[in-house]
Amino acid sequence: MKPYYSVLRLRLVHGMQYRSAAFAGMATQFFWGFMYIMIFEAFFSHTNSNPPMTLEQVVAYIWLQQAFLALIALWFRDNEIFDLITKGNIAYELCRPCDLYGFWYAKLLAQRISAALLRSIPILLVVFILPEPYRLTIPENIETLLLFVMTMFVGLFILVAISMFIYISVFLTMSPTGSLLMLGVVGEFFAGLIIPIPFMPDWLQAIAYALPFRWTMDFPFRIYSSNISETDAWVGLGIQLVWLFVLVSLGRIALKGALNKVVVQGG
Amino acid sequence: MVIRVNGLAKSFKVAKRSSGLTEALKALFYRKHTIVQALQDISFSIEPGEIVGYIGPNGAGKSTTIKVMSGILVPDQGTCEIMGFTPWKNRANYVKNIGVVFGQRSQLWWDVPVIDSFELLKDIYKVSYHDYQENLTMLIDLLNLKDIIHTPVRQLSLGQRMRCEIAASLIHNPKILFLDEPTIGLDAVSKIAVRKFIQDYAKEKKVTVVLTTHDMSDIEALATRIILIGKGQLFYDGSVTTLRESYGSQKILTIDYQKSNVELDTSLQSLILSKTEERIILRVDTKTANVSKIIGQLSSQVELIDVSIEAEPIEDIIIKLYKEYQI
Repeated sequence: MKPYYSVLRLRLVHGMQYRSAAFAGMATQFFWGFMYIMIFEAFFSHTNSNPPMTLEQVVAYIWLQQAFLALIALWFRDNEIFDLITKGNIAYELCRPCDLYGFWYAKLLAQRISAALLRSIPILLVVFILPEPYRLTIPENIETLLLFVMTMFVGLFILVAISMFIYISVFLTMSPTGSLLMLGVVGEFFAGLIIPIPFMPDWLQAIAYALPFRWTMDFPFRIYSSNISETDAWVGLGIQLVWLFVLVSLGRIALKGALNKVVVQGG
Repeated sequence: MVIRVNGLAKSFKVAKRSSGLTEALKALFYRKHTIVQALQDISFSIEPGEIVGYIGPNGAGKSTTIKVMSGILVPDQGTCEIMGFTPWKNRANYVKNIGVVFGQRSQLWWDVPVIDSFELLKDIYKVSYHDYQENLTMLIDLLNLKDIIHTPVRQLSLGQRMRCEIAASLIHNPKILFLDEPTIGLDAVSKIAVRKFIQDYAKEKKVTVVLTTHDMSDIEALATRIILIGKGQLFYDGSVTTLRESYGSQKILTIDYQKSNVELDTSLQSLILSKTEERIILRVDTKTANVSKIIGQLSSQVELIDVSIEAEPIEDIIIKLYKEYQI
């Protein structure tokens, strides 16, 4: 495990240097957060039917999204790995005595965690003291909070496993744009990043629940605001782990296949 | 025998398209591919401790061979056994024993100080703290890295970076070293530094080195044996001395003499490369002519001031080889 831990640490320390990017990111995230909440506020004040989530739950959903964007956004990428594949520096990665899947996985994980640490803490500090209805409420009890943290972590691991497919696809396509766009748009929509999944029409919800994407954010965020019950949360955690296993296994097989046919670009 | 390569073959599929819009549109539906035979039937074996120069013109298949031998590419045919391993089969166990430098690529992390990359490599190769310290001290000393090791890689010059790249490949004390154009793009001083380092290091650690280069002075300074390939085929495998004996029989004879207008009689077998009133440069094939007789003949006609005999540069010998094999 040592090499994976080392790459994680190096990336983490390195990623923490990007302070101005974090500040700029935070400003954007506040803007989006307020905008979304205002839209939902207008919606809630005019709706007659019974909405699937309370405004308080939606506010929590949105602020958590904004605070942990680096942990849930599929477009968040490592251009170094793309360059490695398309320009041929992959040659060096391939003659290391460690498993490439694990190595890249650790690198991507570290990158997301370091970006999230810089952004999430200041955002959370602010949104906890905002006036109603913009304030982020604290979870009902400590157990809910713990469940949230656990599922959020497993969700992050699932997300990195999904994003690995983008990198693997570059071996075939030689350009990250296509897979990044496709997986980014589809994945983020079905994760609930555009509209929370409970607000989708039933048939669309059915699709979202059948795909792995919602387990990365929709699920933990709704645990946080108690929209999902504790029992359902435990069951969901099991399903999360199954998805993680499936995605990592598929990713490993795909990478192995790609490496057997690898061509080192550029002589 | 530490490296045994037998009947290695590898081909690549290359997409072809002529220029122009119509051709580009056609390529949307139908793509032409050509098969490029990068290696065909390459066989050789290398003894422990040998320094082998692996040479050939651009596109000959040198880098492809190195990549196969370091386990990166899977060949179409043939076997390769290095220290008992088949490189592309037990990659993880095998690569611990080799160090690879790709002169045109970089393994150091671009944005972080060199030392951070070294420490990461130490963990990747699971080198013990003690071995790492000892090795690092030696590498810093031999490659003169003391002042640059805490600088981010993006701020290093090419020569400095290459020295760090070489050090990075040696952190784990490999038994076999594959150097793919380690001196590419370096100035004369850096080249000599790198060369000297490889020489000293190979001697001290008794490592086996396979080196590809286009710089024949690298070969002259380092290699005891050369393997020449072209168009994916092996053409010559032997010592540098034998190569000189069989192809380098020509000597360049430069003779300075007192200014004289005498029409020199150089009837003996030699070719005049240039001639002025004070100097004549001749190419003599020692197989057919005798150098001392030529000097004797000239000294009887003019008063000699200085005579120098040089062996033909290895560069020219290689060019001759390329020509002979039409590669």
